[in-house]
Amino acid sequence: MTLVKVYVTYKRSILNPEAQAVHSALTRLGYNDINDVKLGKYFELTVADGKSKADLDQEINEICDKLLANYNMENYHYEIAETEAAQ
Amino acid sequence: MKFAILAFPGSNCEMDLYYAIQDIIKEDVELVSYKESSLTGFDAVLIPGGFSYGDYLRSGAIARFSPIVPALQKFAKSGKPVLGICNGFQILTEAGLLPGSLQKNVSAKFICKTEPLVVNNADSVFSSQFNAGQVIHLPIAHGDGNYYCDQETLRDLVANNQIVFRYQNNPNGSVANIAGITNRAGNVLGMMPHPERAVETVLGSSDGIGIFQSIVNNVANREVVAHG
Repeated sequence: MTLVKVYVTYKRSILNPEAQAVHSALTRLGYNDINDVKLGKYFELTVADGKSKADLDQEINEICDKLLANYNMENYHYEIAETEAAQ
Repeated sequence: MKFAILAFPGSNCEMDLYYAIQDIIKEDVELVSYKESSLTGFDAVLIPGGFSYGDYLRSGAIARFSPIVPALQKFAKSGKPVLGICNGFQILTEAGLLPGSLQKNVSAKFICKTEPLVVNNADSVFSSQFNAGQVIHLPIAHGDGNYYCDQETLRDLVANNQIVFRYQNNPNGSVANIAGITNRAGNVLGMMPHPERAVETVLGSSDGIGIFQSIVNNVANREVVAHG
């Protein structure tokens, strides 16, 4: 099995009121050195083995473009983690 | 004429729409499950508000891949009227039938109240019962109603007269006070306010009637043109 970790984040031009709420809560708690908070989504996809790296890249990009991220508002990046077999 | 109302898991305004069309507008109407794959026989499609799939991932993002959506895309392409309200608007943007996206309200709060709207385009299929510049009152009820698009898309929306309704007192942070837009062809409207909740004075406003009646009149005129 291959583990793919996908991170979806808001583009800079997009307001993120949830992150702002978290930031103001941190400030209330006294963490005044926190200058900014970003809040996004994190996915772990467990993928069956047998695909080449190129095919897997293509599939993950397709999944992100089609469903996991909305290109109007969000960017994404991903990491392909060590396979269980290799551990 | 006959209206279809699409019902997704988590839709919650489909019956309000149903009664608005049946009892107030007095036209044929039928609920169509998200599992269906055809919209043959319908003259207009309404996509109700609610929280399809619990708003998981993003509002409308999962409903957009329902079995009915290819038929909806075909219906929209044929030029017949499609109206998405609230979550329906979110589904239309996710499905690529309308530009832009709906993000969280600037206040991060769910807002539920009646808002004054300015009719920006009274020539659309959905607003011909109103006059340009007229102020109407419709309730909003949303957490993700903050319309966003990039500057280039906004220029296109303005140039093609696609902005049908604007908020008079922008409640949610929407770009250019946008409350409702059409596609370029003008036959698909997405709006965050709920016309189906404003069809009787006892509900606080009956301004919503104008939107449904505009659709009915437009479809009737098309039939006259087609047959005459």
